[in-house]
This record gives sequence, C-alpha cells and structure tokens, in this order.
Amino acid sequence: MEILELDALSLGAAIRARKLGVREVTECYLNEIEARDGAYHCYNTVCRASALARADEVQKGLDDGTYTGPLAGVPVGVKDNICTKGIPTTCSSKILSGFLPTYNATVVERLKDAGMVLLGKLNMDEFAMGSTTETSFTGPTRNPWDTSRVPGGSSGGSAAAVAARLAPIALGSDTGGSIRQPASFCGVSGLKPTYGAVSRYGLVAYASSLDQIGPIGRTAADCAALFSVIQGKDSRDGTSMETPSLELAGVLEGTLQGKRVGLPADYFGDGLSADVRAAVEAAAETCRSLGATVETFSLPIVKYAVPAYYIIACAEACSNLSRYDGIKYGYRAEQAEGLLDVYVRSRAEGFGMEVKRRIMLGNFVLSAGYYDAYYNKALKAKKLIQQSFFDAFERFDLLLGPVSPATAPKLGESLSDPLKMYLDDIYTVMINIAGVPSMALPCGFGENGMPVGMQLIGKPFCEAEILSAAAAFQRATGFHRQFPQSV
Amino acid sequence: MQIDEKLVQYLERLGRIALSADERAACEQDLQKILDYIDTLEELDTDGVEPASHSFPVANVLREDEVTNAPRQNDMLKNAPDSRDGCFAVPKTVE
Amino acid sequence: MEWEVVMGLEVHTELATKTKIFCGCSTEFGGAPNTHVCEVCAGMPGTLPVLNRRVVEFAVRTGLATNCAITRKTKFDRKNYFYPDLPKAYQISQLYLPICRNGYIEVKDAAGAPKKIGIHEIHMEEDAGKLVHDAVSGCTLVDYNRCGVPLLEIVSEPDFRSAAEVIEYLEKLRAILQFTGVSDCKMQEGSLRADVNLSVRRAGSAEFGTRTEMKNLNSFRAIARAIEYEAQRQIDVLEDGGTVVQETRRWDDDRGVSYAMRSKEDAQDYKYFPEPDLPPLEISDAYIEKVRAEMPELPDAKRRRYVEELGLPEYDTSILTGDLALMRLFEATISYGESPKAVANWIMGEVMKLLNDTGTAAEDMTLSPAALAAVIRMVQSEKINRGTGKTVLEKVFCEGVDPEEYVEAHNLAQITDLSAIRPVLEDVIAQNEKSVSEYKAGKTQAMGYIMGQAMRALKGKAPAKEVQRLLHELLD
Repeated sequence: MEILELDALSLGAAIRARKLGVREVTECYLNEIEARDGAYHCYNTVCRASALARADEVQKGLDDGTYTGPLAGVPVGVKDNICTKGIPTTCSSKILSGFLPTYNATVVERLKDAGMVLLGKLNMDEFAMGSTTETSFTGPTRNPWDTSRVPGGSSGGSAAAVAARLAPIALGSDTGGSIRQPASFCGVSGLKPTYGAVSRYGLVAYASSLDQIGPIGRTAADCAALFSVIQGKDSRDGTSMETPSLELAGVLEGTLQGKRVGLPADYFGDGLSADVRAAVEAAAETCRSLGATVETFSLPIVKYAVPAYYIIACAEACSNLSRYDGIKYGYRAEQAEGLLDVYVRSRAEGFGMEVKRRIMLGNFVLSAGYYDAYYNKALKAKKLIQQSFFDAFERFDLLLGPVSPATAPKLGESLSDPLKMYLDDIYTVMINIAGVPSMALPCGFGENGMPVGMQLIGKPFCEAEILSAAAAFQRATGFHRQFPQSV
Repeated sequence: MQIDEKLVQYLERLGRIALSADERAACEQDLQKILDYIDTLEELDTDGVEPASHSFPVANVLREDEVTNAPRQNDMLKNAPDSRDGCFAVPKTVE
Repeated sequence: MEWEVVMGLEVHTELATKTKIFCGCSTEFGGAPNTHVCEVCAGMPGTLPVLNRRVVEFAVRTGLATNCAITRKTKFDRKNYFYPDLPKAYQISQLYLPICRNGYIEVKDAAGAPKKIGIHEIHMEEDAGKLVHDAVSGCTLVDYNRCGVPLLEIVSEPDFRSAAEVIEYLEKLRAILQFTGVSDCKMQEGSLRADVNLSVRRAGSAEFGTRTEMKNLNSFRAIARAIEYEAQRQIDVLEDGGTVVQETRRWDDDRGVSYAMRSKEDAQDYKYFPEPDLPPLEISDAYIEKVRAEMPELPDAKRRRYVEELGLPEYDTSILTGDLALMRLFEATISYGESPKAVANWIMGEVMKLLNDTGTAAEDMTLSPAALAAVIRMVQSEKINRGTGKTVLEKVFCEGVDPEEYVEAHNLAQITDLSAIRPVLEDVIAQNEKSVSEYKAGKTQAMGYIMGQAMRALKGKAPAKEVQRLLHELLD
C-alpha cells in the first residue's frame, strides 16, 4: 500500500484495519521529510525520535482500544506558532530562538487525545506576518508546484507540506487569510473556523481578536475530521465557545442541492486576474450543476476591509509582541548595556523588518491622539462588516469567491512593496474581521499552471455546512486529487 | 496623515525597537504609503455605529476562585537568558 | 493670603481572593521567589487570561459599600508599557468602562460637619511583580509572585482639603474593605497603597493648581507627614515666584522629605485599547441584588446598631467599628453574655493598651473572645478584682494562658469569707501601733496607710470595700 497516496482519513482507516502500522506510517513520512524537505523547507523542526516513540505508544493505544477515532495513528504537522511542550516553538523568529514551551497548546493536547502523531513544526512567516512565508527567520518555504514560487503564507509550511506529501494533514493559523491563501496557492484544502470555535490557548498571538487555528488537508473531508478533533470550548480560552458537534458521516455525504450560494460582486472586481476569475466562475457553475442556486450580490464594504484589518491587526500585534524583550525567554542581545538597551537591541536584532513595520504601525494607530481616528474607527468598520455578512446570510447559505487575486508569485516579488502585499489580502481579511468561517479549496489552475483556490464562506458556527458543500464539490471535481509533478 | 522622521523615531521609542538610518528612511516611505491607503477608511460613514470589540455575543466567562496551580519555579526560569537566586535577572533598573 | 490644599487619592487594594485574577495560582503572601507563578501570570507566549469570578463579586461589593453606580456593561483594557515587573508588557486594567463609578464616602470637615468625598471610579486590574536590587551582581532581580494578584484601584475626586480628611477617608475605606471581606488591607504587605495627588491654590480660587503625585506612602502616619511636607513645599515654591512642576514624587519617610522621581524620556503613552482576550461583563440587577443581600454588615450600619440596640456611646462605636479585628473581638465577646459596655471598656482600655505596649497589630492578635469574656466575668462577679483582672489579661494576651486556670493555680481569687479576713486585720493593727494610735487621735489620713498594709497582707485578694468596713469596725 502506497502510504503517501492516502489522504488522512484513508490512512486512519488503513491503520484501524491493521493494514498499516503507526510506526510504519510515521517512519515513512519522517524518511520523506529527510529525503525531500531540503527542496521546500516546510519544517523548522522535525521530531523524529519523539514521533517514533509516540507512534509505538499510539499503536498500543489502538490495540487496547484507547484510540478509536478516525485520525488515530495519523501523523500531523503543526505550525510553528502553536506551543508544543519541550519542542521548539519559534514563530520563525530569531527572538524566540531556543524557546521551549513548558506546556502544550490546547489543540496539541486534543491531537494527542485523538491518537495523532506529531511529525514536527512547520515554517511560517515570522509571527504569521506575511503572505509568502518569506519573512521567516529560518528562510522561505518553496511551493511544491514550482519551487521558484512562494507557497503563500503565513501558514506556508503547513500548506506546502500537505501538497508535497510531507505530512498527511497539518494545523495552520489564520488571522487574515493565513490558512486559506497558502492552501489556495498550494492546491490543498484549508478551513478557517469561526472565531471562538477552536481554542487559541497556546497559539502565540499575532492579533488576538482575529487569530484562529484550523486544519489544512488534501480534502474537505480530512479538514472536517481534524476540525472535529480540535473544535470546542476550552476553559483556558475565554473567547472559545461551545460548538455544535460535527457529524463526519454527514459531511462526507454532504450536498449542494438546494443551497443558496451568493457571489459577492465586489470579489470579482478590477483587481482580480483573469485566470482566477475564470476558475472561480467555473466553480460557481459546478455548484449550480450540483443543485445550488447561485446569485450575485453586492458587498461594497469590501474596499474598507484591508484598512480596517491592518489597523486592528497591527494594534493588537504591537501589544502582543511587546513581551519579547530578552528577559524571560528567547533571544537577548549580547552587547546590551543597561535595561533599555536590552529591550531595544534584543528587539531590533530579534525581529525582522515586516514585524517591525507592523509594530510601528500598531504603535501609531494606538498612540495618544490617533486612537479615535484609527483604532476606534476600525472597530466601527468591523461592526459594519459584521452587519454586511449577517445581511448576506439572510439571503444565502454560503458565499463563494476567490481567495487571492492571483496565483502564487515568484519568490522575492512581494516583499519589495508591502502595500501591494497587504492589498492582495482583500478577499480574506474581511472574513476574519466578521469572525465567520471560511474554507479554501482548489478549483482549477492558472495560466502558469499554478493552483487556483476558491473560498466558501458560511454562517458563524456552521462549519458543517461549508464542509458538506466542499465535500460535495470535491466529489464532483478532481482538482484536489492533483499532485505537484515534482512530488 | 504626514509621516516624518521624527514621528518614525517616536514610534521606535514607543515600541522599543531601533532602526538603522536606511531602514528608517524605507520605513518612513512604507508607512506613508500604507497610511495614505488606510486613510481611505475616513470615507466610510460610521456615524452612530457602536465600535465592535468582540465578534460574537459572549459575556461573563469566569473561572472559580480555586487554586489549580501547584508551586513551581524552575519551569518558568528555564527559558530565561539570565537568572539568579530563583529570579529573572536584568540590568539594574533606575527610578 | 491664605492657601488651600486640594487633594485626590488613588488607592490600590489587593483582594483577599484565593487565586490570582486571571489564573489558578495562589495569592499567598511570601514564599520563595517565582513559586506562585504559571505560564499565564508569567506572560508566556500563547497564554490567555480567564477572569476570576470572585474579583467581580468583590468589586461590586466595594462599589455598593461606597455608594457607587455599578456599570452594567463593563470590560477590560490593556495598558501598555515596558518594565521588567510586567511580563506581558501590558497590564490588564479598565480605562473606558470601569466597573463602579460616582460613589462617595462621608467624612467630617474641619468644622466637624459631614462631607462627602466623591469616588470617581473603581476599577479591576492585575498587580505587577517585585523588583529587588542585588548588590552582589549589580543586577535587578525579578520575582513574579505578586504578578496577577487582583487589585481594585479606587480613585477619589479631588475633594480633600486637609490631611485629617484624607486619614479619616482612608480609615473608613479600610474598615469597609475589611468588613466586606474584600481585602485584609495590610499596608506593610502592600495590600493597601495610597498615592496622593496634591496641589495648592489661593483660598477662593476656582481653578486648580498644578498637581504632583506622591508615591511610596507606607503608613497613615507617612501619608499625613508627606501631605504636610508637599503642601508646604508647593506653597514655598509659589511664594518665591516659582511654578510647581507636574511630576511624580517619592516620599522618603526616614528623612521626612519627598523627591522627584527621574522623569521618563517621553511622557507616558499607554496605548490603551480594549482587551481582546477577555469577553465583556454584563452585570444584571439580579446579580447586584444577590451581592447586596450577601454583603456583611458595613461599619456605618454597625455603628448605628451599636448605639441603638446596645446603647453604646458614639465614641465607643467609632473605635470598635474602625477596625475589623476589634469589631470581631467585641461581637464575639458579647456573645458570651457579657455586657456590651463592659466589653467595650475592656477592649478600648486594656486590650488597646496591650496592643500598643507590645506593638501588635489588632489583626495579628491571638486573644480569644472566650478568654476575654472569662476575665470580664471574673471581675464583674468580683471573683477577682479589677487589678488582678488586668494582670490576668496580660498573661492571657502575651502567653495565651487559660484565665480561669491561671487564677486558680496562682490563688488569685478574692477572699470572700470574712472570718478569714478578720485575723489578718487584727495582725495588721497589732503591728502598726503608731498609725493606729494616730488614727485614733483623729488623724484620719492614717487610715489610708493601714488600709494599704492590710491589702498587702491580704495580697490584694479581698474586696477593698469589705476590708475598709472591717477595719472601721475593729478601730472605731
């Protein structure tokens, strides 16, 4: 049986059926990482020894009935901003070099409870700030479809690892598109859950009111399985909420029949490249052919989403990132003289330029005299954006649109113009501001042969509805079964 | 909003970071471009709109006043670049 | 022209919860450095705060006890600044919607008339850690044990015009916080701290002068001294034609002076914004009524009750309700059936003298109400005389002896059998012929001396009245 060919649910089934051993599967992936990750740099840390030990433990647990779930025994990669006890958690930043968390994030505990095996920690943009994974202190991740191109970001390592068959499934985080955009660039599926559906305890904060952890997998069904493992209220996260339990079988048999799908006209404006437009419009046709009603509607507030997003995200980020000061953990500048110098030098040397830029911007919008004009204004825009989505969901069950205006750019193309990079987030950031769930899934290929993704946006806490529709779409299409040729 | 070098330097101090002269010049330009764009938000009519601080109507999330953490020390100091006598150590603070 | 001093107070009080405000670490005072610390209060990456239910309850209690309006929709904000005692580099506090607003505490003004000191707001926040300078290494050492201990900050209006008003307000506030169980208010452990904002202006002026803020005031006495010093300093500056600089000053109680703390390079810009990790609080009428119903009796109510139901004088009630430990001792002692006035007299007399002589804080006193009641009962029933009672109480207070056993063991009970007294007195008369003959010759003062000799011979154990009566019987 070709282990790498199997999606996570099939792998789980084969393990439960004793057709595959957990160690065998884990070792296979570890060997693949060792052999091929040099070309992509998906991983910041590979946990070979602990993964193998854990594999044996899980096998025992499967044999004695401790683990019975659909993902028991399945290896998983975790984004490097999710705390793992005793395993480096760097956020791809120099300032967290050497940091070994003393605790596991709630999601990591839940992976363990489900019998999953941690393969390692996946590369990302530094502190999740970026959309190319090029701002990583450990170096960029490359897109498995074309290694001269970026995998997207910030969860670029997670998406690339799934696309390159270096992890059957992975966790990412999404603050303004960081799961959906790399999933789209790498031709895989990724879910940004409703704000509050998954505990953030142990997720190193970028923008606390926007961050969510979510799954990245080869199929919508895999994402559904992993989402059901990690979702639900956590007493350690006051913003987490009770979620409806997810019936995996229901999702797998989901349908688009009778679903009302809305296409926001403002998602198909001037900035959208022709090949992405064509692919997403074709996907809308597919939905129609599967029994959905598809209708265009107007969502004019889209144009204010990016300004509001960067104000809110940078404000929270500058506060969240103030704790990195060279005193309690991570990097401390050696040459520092005096307390102020420890702060300034450790931070100047420890943070990369994109992080510094956002800290500067955050300090600006929060500083005395500007708070009302910027931060408070953005919170009002947030209210209006939420209202627009509520209004849209009066008429529609799901919204469908592109994830990104274009397919994956070449390495080095984006960083030179930060504003352009921010503008490319136009279709994703709004979803985080509204807090609603959204899933990216492959729907075609661009002129350059790179994958194109679409997103299905749903009502709060209606992940099941999105996943069911996505599963129906994937049963009818083959985009998600395409592998990069190099793999 | 007009960004100048003085403001950039103020923001550096506020965020306890330091930029080189080149970085500062680049940052000034980038921030200017970004803020010019962000300023388009002014066009949005938000009169009478209540600012949204949280996404969903959740309130009163509280824990009981029960001790759940046993005393522990080494764990917290394990990651510290410098520690002495069970404490984090920093260069002398002055008042 | 006359100067008027204008003051406002910012009082921080540490709450008597079992755990910290946002995590399950103990708030216990002391302990080895960094032992009551977890990932949350140490601000480790990825951690999140979850609010302690009791903190809200205590804040609402305090608000109700100080006549505040309770904010129905309240939330937390972040106050951002860099300092090693603040591991997240922000303090979770309340700026925009503090939980209590617009209250007051009543004091007496210079003329003795009642005066309301306004409370601008009360808000919840977390305490910072402790910094200790290490002379050996030249480093500053950081201990996070106090980090995350819940605080209430009680901000008054600038309504104070004298140090006496400030002290009375603080005494009343302390009693309220103690009686409601909100805080133990131990100034020496930092669980009650007051910063004084002070300015001066010409009497009759409507505008405020420039104010300074004074910190490091560790006792009521220090506060009174610091106010006097700072008011005079500002008056001197102004009378010399200078201007008062708005600054933070630190009080040095040993030297009796305050000095300006080094000003930061920039004016502080705390970049407040709503705390995204904590959902807002919605406080219902039902919740407020429940807290009100469960509230222990407040000092003012007790004072009224002591006067009306127990018949105590105003003066006694103000002493007894001014301190939680004294109040508790009083109430528990009268529950043994002793008369309230007698108990009040013993507490205000002997107990307070013993506290003072031994330098003991009332809250640290080990004297049990049962023992105090026993001493009072023995004196009231004339089993022992008052003097013996005082001696016994001292033994009880200092050594924790059982008063009845002690009286028994040391044979201190009064001799009430007159037939036992008479022979002793006859001996005294026989041995003091000179005084006796002087007395008989009409020198009545000699009786005092004879009486003293008699009491000495009886070791003070006979009722003086009886002794005197018998002596007259024998001599007259």
